[in-house]
Amino acid sequence: MSRGAASLNQTQLPQPASRPAPAGSSVRAEGLPAMLLLAPFVLAFLLFFLGPALQTLYLSLTESSLTRTSAFVGLANYATLVQDPSFWASLGNTFYFALLTVIPLTGIGLVMALLVHRFVRAQSWLQGAFFLPYVLPISVVTLIADWMLQPSSGIINHLVGGQRAWLSDVHWALPVVAIGTVWWTVGFNMLMLLAGLRNIPAEQYEAAALDGARGFTLFRAITWPALKPVFGTALLLQLIASLKVFGQTYILTSGGPYNTSRVTLHYMYETAFTQSDAGYAAAVAMAFMFVVIALTLVARLVAKRSS
Amino acid sequence: MRNQSQLWWSIAAVACAVLLAALWAFPLLWAVSTALRPEHETVSATFHWLPQVWTLDAFRKTLSAGNLPRWLFNSALVSLLVTVVTMAISLGAAYAFSQLRFRGRGILFALAMLAFLLPFEALLVPLFRTMHQLGMINSYAGLVLPQVVSPVVIYVFKQFFDQIPADFREAAVMDGANPLRVLWSVYLPLSGNIVWAMAIVTFIGAWNNFLWPFIIVTSNDMMTIPLGLTQTYDAFGVRYAQLMAAALIGALPVGLAYVVFQRRVTQGFLAASGLKA
Repeated sequence: MSRGAASLNQTQLPQPASRPAPAGSSVRAEGLPAMLLLAPFVLAFLLFFLGPALQTLYLSLTESSLTRTSAFVGLANYATLVQDPSFWASLGNTFYFALLTVIPLTGIGLVMALLVHRFVRAQSWLQGAFFLPYVLPISVVTLIADWMLQPSSGIINHLVGGQRAWLSDVHWALPVVAIGTVWWTVGFNMLMLLAGLRNIPAEQYEAAALDGARGFTLFRAITWPALKPVFGTALLLQLIASLKVFGQTYILTSGGPYNTSRVTLHYMYETAFTQSDAGYAAAVAMAFMFVVIALTLVARLVAKRSS
Repeated sequence: MRNQSQLWWSIAAVACAVLLAALWAFPLLWAVSTALRPEHETVSATFHWLPQVWTLDAFRKTLSAGNLPRWLFNSALVSLLVTVVTMAISLGAAYAFSQLRFRGRGILFALAMLAFLLPFEALLVPLFRTMHQLGMINSYAGLVLPQVVSPVVIYVFKQFFDQIPADFREAAVMDGANPLRVLWSVYLPLSGNIVWAMAIVTFIGAWNNFLWPFIIVTSNDMMTIPLGLTQTYDAFGVRYAQLMAAALIGALPVGLAYVVFQRRVTQGFLAASGLKA
């Protein structure tokens, strides 16, 4: 296939042929190939994305089990939802998890990006160490975390002393999962912020350095103002990502103790798959979707305004 | 005075880099150190940073006891299929969106991009019902198909195709090549880098996907690595050397892919986030 391109390049490229094709004829000529090329995507999109999205809305208005729908109930599921303490508790846990993760994930990500940017010769080593956890499957991370946190022979208790069962501790379960999540995913934020740092023109630093700016002054005068929009985007993307937490808490704590680490997606999962109440689970999903979409739109708006 | 504060800054930065790198490397190194011990050392009363007896026993037992080889096979097959199908579908769709004129193009593209907004997690319940109706629970088709809809990959490819000068295409069209031929022999050869980057990132994403296999698979034989590893307590019992060996085996393919293709992977992840690499 590269051979074909090479010959095309050689024979045809020198001719300047930048004349727009007549619109009417090309629509007819290109309609069929376009349909052929798009058909697989459109089919998969309808079946596995748009369909389920509309079905979530529909299901939320019905009484349904996991496999069959029995009755249309209007807004009854939503009426239950607003008065359901378990739902609000799960939403509270979700936002608590976000609170525990968003600031460290962006803050440490920024420090890491600055360090990688500064130590040019150690760059690929540093970046490798910080980013590697991000490419690992979640259950590799939870297995290692579980072993390190093991009450009697785990290394954490060996270092801090005592026999605390971190993952079944009412106060510690969620913060500990948050720390594991920071270790696992901070690499991505580092990467984003590093790309932002590399976009700052070197002349700006040189000019400021000539004026005598050094160290932290340089950071405050040049780096931070230039990086602020990227940092803002990272912050909001991280907030959305943190709200989607499920695997870590599900695997490490099963939502316990006493549901203190049961997050919204976990509640949705339990409602649908263990209690087979798909209608109500769909209402939970709609509420979750509403929160995430609203925040995404805010993120876009902020990003647009700052660029 | 200034030089001295410069020096302190440098020392602080070095210390910070070393400390963070050590903290981030430690859990994996500790997993390696655990996996290379005989099982009884993991519960021994005296603590050691390194194995007293170095052994590959844990790896051997892990590979022969549980269903790990089967999960590895499933993960490889599913990730490979997801990657190939996603690339094929997305390249075609991106080319149509970028280069062809047809009715409904704008609406269809807007609809596809809408998918950026909807969190996949919120679609799990109806998606499960759809797969149930299609008879795809516990099947490779069920594992693969919902993962191939990737608007972000289409978006990245379309952006790339948009930047290719129109001359290339018009030259080929005047030569009598049909649009499929043009995509295949003009656009694809030009997009090698970005296709590689997105393919690696798609592969890593599919390999690591926990949520979807978790929903669609109940039979142990159909599990992928991320799902299977959550079942290891049942398979091996609480044997930490073996559990760490299993974790490392599950981490190896993606870890290796990252180490070998570091630049491509980071480029791909940045592009996939919707930001410029």
